[in-house]
Amino acid sequence: MQWCNRVNTGLFIASPAMYTELNSILNTSPESFTKGDFILLSDKQSDASFLIHHFLSFYLRAKCKVCFLAMVQSFSHYSTVSQRLGVSLAQAKEKGQLVFLEGLQESLSILIPQDEHTGSQAMNFLRDPKLGLQDLYEFVSSKVKRSCGGEAESEEWGPPVLLVDDLSVLLTLGVTVGAVLDFSHYCQATICSKLQGNMVMLVRCDQEEDEGDNESPACLLKGLTHQSSLTLDVQGLPTGYCRDIHGQVEVCWQRRQGDGQNTQNKLFQYKVHDKGASFFARGTSSAVL
Amino acid sequence: MAAPMERVIKQQTERSTFKTTSFQKKTRSKLLSIPGTRPSVQNGQLLVSSGVTSLDFLLGGGLAVGTVLLIEEDRYDSYSRVILKYFLAEGVVCRHRLFVAAAQENPDDILQELPAPILDDVAIPKPVEQPRLPCESQESLDSMKIAWRYQNLPKVQTALVSSSRFGHYYDVSKTMEPEIRQAAKSHCFYLPDHPQKTSNTHSQFLGPYSALLKSLQEVIRQEGFEVAASMSNSQNPNVLRIGLHSLGSALWGDDLCCSDSPEHRHSLVTFLYGLRALLRSSLAVAVITLPSHLIQDRALMGNITRLSDYSIALESFKGSERETNPLYRDYHGLLHVRQVPHLNCLASQLPDHKDLAFKLKRKQFSIEGSMSVQGRTSAVWLCPSP
Repeated sequence: MQWCNRVNTGLFIASPAMYTELNSILNTSPESFTKGDFILLSDKQSDASFLIHHFLSFYLRAKCKVCFLAMVQSFSHYSTVSQRLGVSLAQAKEKGQLVFLEGLQESLSILIPQDEHTGSQAMNFLRDPKLGLQDLYEFVSSKVKRSCGGEAESEEWGPPVLLVDDLSVLLTLGVTVGAVLDFSHYCQATICSKLQGNMVMLVRCDQEEDEGDNESPACLLKGLTHQSSLTLDVQGLPTGYCRDIHGQVEVCWQRRQGDGQNTQNKLFQYKVHDKGASFFARGTSSAVL
Repeated sequence: MAAPMERVIKQQTERSTFKTTSFQKKTRSKLLSIPGTRPSVQNGQLLVSSGVTSLDFLLGGGLAVGTVLLIEEDRYDSYSRVILKYFLAEGVVCRHRLFVAAAQENPDDILQELPAPILDDVAIPKPVEQPRLPCESQESLDSMKIAWRYQNLPKVQTALVSSSRFGHYYDVSKTMEPEIRQAAKSHCFYLPDHPQKTSNTHSQFLGPYSALLKSLQEVIRQEGFEVAASMSNSQNPNVLRIGLHSLGSALWGDDLCCSDSPEHRHSLVTFLYGLRALLRSSLAVAVITLPSHLIQDRALMGNITRLSDYSIALESFKGSERETNPLYRDYHGLLHVRQVPHLNCLASQLPDHKDLAFKLKRKQFSIEGSMSVQGRTSAVWLCPSP
């Protein structure tokens, strides 16, 4: 896979900075990946956002139409990191390959009432969380379906992909677990089943949570795990903090692959560095060996 | 012998250029050069000093512009208040603008209690004519006998020069003089002055914090702190330092700290979300103190932490049994670093955050890690106290 010198598209910068080990673990590559997948990322007391950056650059390289709901960070943050991974978000946005919803920016016009309503309707759940996420779903489906309309220039992009970073902030802002599960179900029905695209969603949990709490991220995680086809669960090391090994990732395939592939759960340790992350089997970190 | 000397001189000049922030990372985007800020070594982000040099080191060089530092207060709100005052004092010395909000007391009172900077390179404006004692003759005052080379240099500097150094030291036993403090413009938000409007339905969700968020947005817009405005503006860009005292306490109208299942469960979190949205698009840094020991719900505390960028917790030994523990004899409390963000990068190198203890000395707020704590215990055993 040589991703260098694509001067004609100008989209890719000459660097093979990818999470090659993760691609081999998941048996995927930007040229060939399973369609209709719902990939669930979760973390507990650690930070799984490096995986979101990976999937963002992965699907952009795969020439899919990507819809990214960025709820917690600004566009420049993702843009800077993607630059290091070799993908330019600004150019993707210009070409229409990337639809970027910057939740932070859109929320201000709702949180601080202005005389003129300039914000998009997607963040309407901030007006009253009991409304649920219907407006957000309408936004996603309108952006995603447009790619499969009759427009000529959109046919060069592959299947649609939805990325959400992250779902737990919706819970903290007052949306109920039921509403979030409805949203993900609707999105899965539209994107994964109907349009044969993929979905990647991130849920962040806290370790100290009551078991009986019905509105906790852990509860949401259980519901989403049931819906998903692949989960990547990121946790800190059980033995505590380590400088060379940032944590462990457990990869679980929920649905059996068509040809009866091995769907055993796999556990890896990882280390995040400047231009990617390296994954290795437990105990085989280069710092240890 | 000339070669090693050259290397030493070169190293010194390199170090001094780093300190005076003339280092410019070559990027395509314009790098704003604002006094009192420096680009981060790791990812080129613009950093400001928090006022406490040891805290700057722990947080990776300083507070990134556009972020929020959450300080979980110690039980009597003594040390968290000190850090907030350090932060504001640093803003005064660097000629940044200040925005202080409080519900418990008038923000002007907080501003009057700022610690005095220890000045090497920050000049205090003194009156031009100094009163002289009649017994001293004119000659002996005028002529310098030892430092006669400096005879002809001007004795007083009447203008306050903004310091180009990053991070200053303060003397907590003295308060900052009014002349220095008034050199920096400040905005105050005192909650009783802003009664809650019940007419507007949008602000109901934010509850008691809607007026604060609106006021912040107005200040940022009108004073030109938005990044887009600063880049195109011909005037000198500046940083706004926001200090929010004791958010979440009952005096703000919030019942987070009062009950197990608060009615305004989402107000503070939504406010933090709106604050993050405001800050990410402006040249501003916020420091919030929060009485977390009053919040019963740990999950809620986790949400609040996740919506801030930097988060530290202070635990003072005052009144606890640790005060008399010989292990902690030299310290005033423990400092826990709960969260440090990875902004604009995948990973960052940070110093070890385990077992930190702090001590408020007169001229320094020092934070030390586990190694020095262990070192001191061995010293206790080796040199028994009389």
